[in-house]
Amino acid sequence: MSDATFRPATEETPLARRILIGLAVTGLLILVFAPLVAVFVEALRDGIMASLESLASRDAWAAIKLTLTIAAISVPLNAIFGVAAAWFITKFDFRGKAFLITLIDLPFSVSPVVAGLCIVLTFGANSAMGAWLVDNGYPIVFAMPGIILATMFVTFPFVARELIPVMIEQGRAEEEAALTLGAGGWRVFWTVTLPNIRWALLYGVLLCNARAMGEFGAVAVVSGKIRGETATIPTTIEMLYQEYLSVAAFTLAAVLALLALVTLVLKTLLELRHADQLAATHRH
Amino acid sequence: MHIEIDEISKQFGATAALHPVSLAIPSGALVALLGPSGSGKTTLLRILGGLEYPTSGRVLFDGQDATGLTVQQRRAGFVFQSYALFRHMTVFDNIAYGLNARPRATRPQKAEIARRVTKLLDLIQLPDIGARYPSQLSGGQRQRVALARALAIEPRMLLLDEPFGALDAKVRKELRQGLRDIHDTTGLTTVFVTHDQDEAMELADVVVVMSMGRIEQIGKPQDIRARPATPFVREFISA
Ligand SMILES: Nc1ncnc2c1ncn2[C@@H]1O[C@H](COP(=O)(O)OP(=O)(O)OP(=O)(O)O)[C@@H](O)[C@H]1O
Ligand SMILES: [Mg+2]
Repeated sequence: MSDATFRPATEETPLARRILIGLAVTGLLILVFAPLVAVFVEALRDGIMASLESLASRDAWAAIKLTLTIAAISVPLNAIFGVAAAWFITKFDFRGKAFLITLIDLPFSVSPVVAGLCIVLTFGANSAMGAWLVDNGYPIVFAMPGIILATMFVTFPFVARELIPVMIEQGRAEEEAALTLGAGGWRVFWTVTLPNIRWALLYGVLLCNARAMGEFGAVAVVSGKIRGETATIPTTIEMLYQEYLSVAAFTLAAVLALLALVTLVLKTLLELRHADQLAATHRH
Repeated sequence: MHIEIDEISKQFGATAALHPVSLAIPSGALVALLGPSGSGKTTLLRILGGLEYPTSGRVLFDGQDATGLTVQQRRAGFVFQSYALFRHMTVFDNIAYGLNARPRATRPQKAEIARRVTKLLDLIQLPDIGARYPSQLSGGQRQRVALARALAIEPRMLLLDEPFGALDAKVRKELRQGLRDIHDTTGLTTVFVTHDQDEAMELADVVVVMSMGRIEQIGKPQDIRARPATPFVREFISA
């Protein structure tokens, strides 16, 4: 008798399995791995010294600093908003819940360029509010606040969308149990709700962070791409590329890719370290 | 503690989960709320525990109006149908939760908390599982941990929603006796929900038969068996 006779019902035949694995690996190689390698190859085409030199330029350095600052401000804010929104949606019953969930998804369905334009129209110097803000020394468009607004708008759904299904699945019973044991609302949140959602929260934050650093469209519209001032890493890459400075462009692109890889490595390390807890927090 | 339910009703939107019901539970009694699915048993229990507020009526604890008390102030030991153990905490931390949640002034020392948790683990006859996570326990063990966690806060009453619901027949029988023993040693006024009439009749001092948000009959098991008050009760207990 061959092994195939005892194949579990949910398993594919060996041939089908190989074809599926092959397809997945090929797809990954062509779509993800090859372009990533190409970026690094292009960046190092004239040697590592040339790449480092391009990074040492004032504009490149300013772009890196700006992008990290934007992420450091907008990601924590979006994490807080995302947790609040998911908590509100899953722990309370109210009318218009479905509408609110749709609203949270809005940034995914609106093109980032359109989102950027909306911010320009609302806060730009041509609007009453924008003019007032500029007059009082708080410009939003073509300045940091606008970039943060645009980034937050585009990355808002990541945390909430990651949390809502997890929190719906977990229900309210544990929170209610904590209440009956005498814990107040804040204590319940910190000791029960948050620990139960921390992995989903971490994924949401990492996705949010990757997108916040990589966002191009909305930021390009809102920032005005002023070199050394409002140009972020992605917009600087595009400008360098347009000017045929391909070593500089690809080096900066490699930096962006490395930042993304760092977050992935962090995530993997955390998962390895807390594998036992991760298993324990899953539904019994 | 003596519990009195005075003309309590509960409305969920258009559905009436409870029509005005009244019930007096003497101090130290072991009472079963018995009825078919959807009869309002859980709703009544949650109102007692302060997890749900009644649409009208009052709850009295030892003669004092407790209707407005928050869930924390009620100090009811609540055992949930799904046990609702904190999945990211060990059994030890689960049981210690209520003590750790107390305000600093009344919170016991660490060593005292550990002593009490150990004592409760002994009480539920699972002395060695403190370091485990809920996912590493059997259903019956989880149920007993949930009971220990509820007892840890030195509750004024014990409220249990289908405490043996998801367990097999043999474990149910054991745990029934376990609950009876714990009730007898602590002397706590205890209310448990069940839709299993054998369980209600065997375990409870007083059985409250419910149907469609109304109380059909209140009585000792043998009285309900001997003299069903309504056609529904006769039908239900002969089933
Ligand atoms: N949160 C809620 N929102 C709306 N309706 C509810 C809610 N909770 C309970 N109900 C309704 O109230 C009625 C009584 O429900 P309850 O949970 O008290 O029944 P039960 O006797 O515990 O039933 P079971 O044995 O199935 O647990 C049911 O018709 C139920 O649909
Ligand atoms: Mg119920």
